[in-house]
Amino acid sequence: MAEKYISRSSAIAARMLGGEMMVMSAVDSTFFTLNEVASAIWQAADGRTPLSEIVASKICREFDVDRERAQRGADRFVDELSQHGILLVSEQPIMDFSSSPGNQ
Amino acid sequence: MTTTLATTEKEDLSIEIGAMPIARRTHDSPFPRLIEKPDCLSVVIAIGGVAVRLNTTSPDFLAMLKRRYVGFVSSESHAEFDLDVNLSPPEFCDPIAGVRVTHRSARWLIEWGDLRAEWETAGRRGTIHQTANPYSIDAVLRILHTLLLARQGGFLLHASSAIRNGKAFLFSGVSGAGKTTISRLAPPDATLLTDEVSYVRREGNRYMAYGTPFAGELARPGENCSAPLSALFLLEKGLQNSIEPISPTDAIQRLLRNILFFAHDPALVKLLFQSACEFASLVPIHRLVFVPDQRVWDLIR
Repeated sequence: MAEKYISRSSAIAARMLGGEMMVMSAVDSTFFTLNEVASAIWQAADGRTPLSEIVASKICREFDVDRERAQRGADRFVDELSQHGILLVSEQPIMDFSSSPGNQ
Repeated sequence: MTTTLATTEKEDLSIEIGAMPIARRTHDSPFPRLIEKPDCLSVVIAIGGVAVRLNTTSPDFLAMLKRRYVGFVSSESHAEFDLDVNLSPPEFCDPIAGVRVTHRSARWLIEWGDLRAEWETAGRRGTIHQTANPYSIDAVLRILHTLLLARQGGFLLHASSAIRNGKAFLFSGVSGAGKTTISRLAPPDATLLTDEVSYVRREGNRYMAYGTPFAGELARPGENCSAPLSALFLLEKGLQNSIEPISPTDAIQRLLRNILFFAHDPALVKLLFQSACEFASLVPIHRLVFVPDQRVWDLIR
């Protein structure tokens, strides 16, 4: 299965409050509140670190969850946010954020 | 009422030197033909201290504006916005078309059915093309203020608001939540700012609430005054009166849901999100569960 690289779109507004990350799309105003696990993935979405590595190093190490279950949850989370243009997903490292479609 | 600026009739331009006529002829005026220009009638409407001059040629429309915005008509000649209202007969338009607010070529443009309004972002001069109805001009004013407030850390909120003991309170909720009901129940010592659309602006480290003429079911404008904001209540009808806590993220989400904003402008949407977060950090937000009688105001002081 191909590796996934994720990065945060610049067409969003986000703020951490009380351990939860609030994220809103500036394009369609969709609003998400991310729990601690999702917030950890969100903050690690630098476009260079593979999702599997984020799951291993950030999720499995810091939360009480097995690798397979954490990966499934991360995949679902990434799919949902990418459908709203909030996360950008690629099979290659995402180096140039400004040229991505989500940054218009 | 019209004023003639120049005559277009032929006139005798004869001149005489001494007693001898040296020229005596009738001819067309050398000046370009001037069209009779109707008088421009104006009214300045100041909401939240922001003055908007509306210019029209219709005395009836002007009278309607003065009635509708009574209490918000300013005697000041200076206005930050200057908009010419051109009235036109009704045209066919899509009855379900939504409002479109876009920024193009340094101009804001509002399109909604047979309403079209635009103004220069910098010069703040523009035109409104609409039929002679009060709702279109109301929509333009609301949208104009949402755009202006977005850059000032403020917003228009779907909420009623009132001042009591020198402090302003907001009551927000979707249609049917009780905004008008709680306004109707207000005691005599409360000053009603609006029963429908509240005007909120950050000023230093506090937020101010201003009265607006934007009315809901009460069908009357609010008082044109302001006060520091003390709390935002998210309305819910219930079996008893109580003030309940709400998590910060829920509060911000519900606040955002009730902010009026129409423009397709991601940069301003981001600013509004930040404004909502700042607002929630400075102004207490609670759920207000209430039964529709006057005792609910015992909790609001």
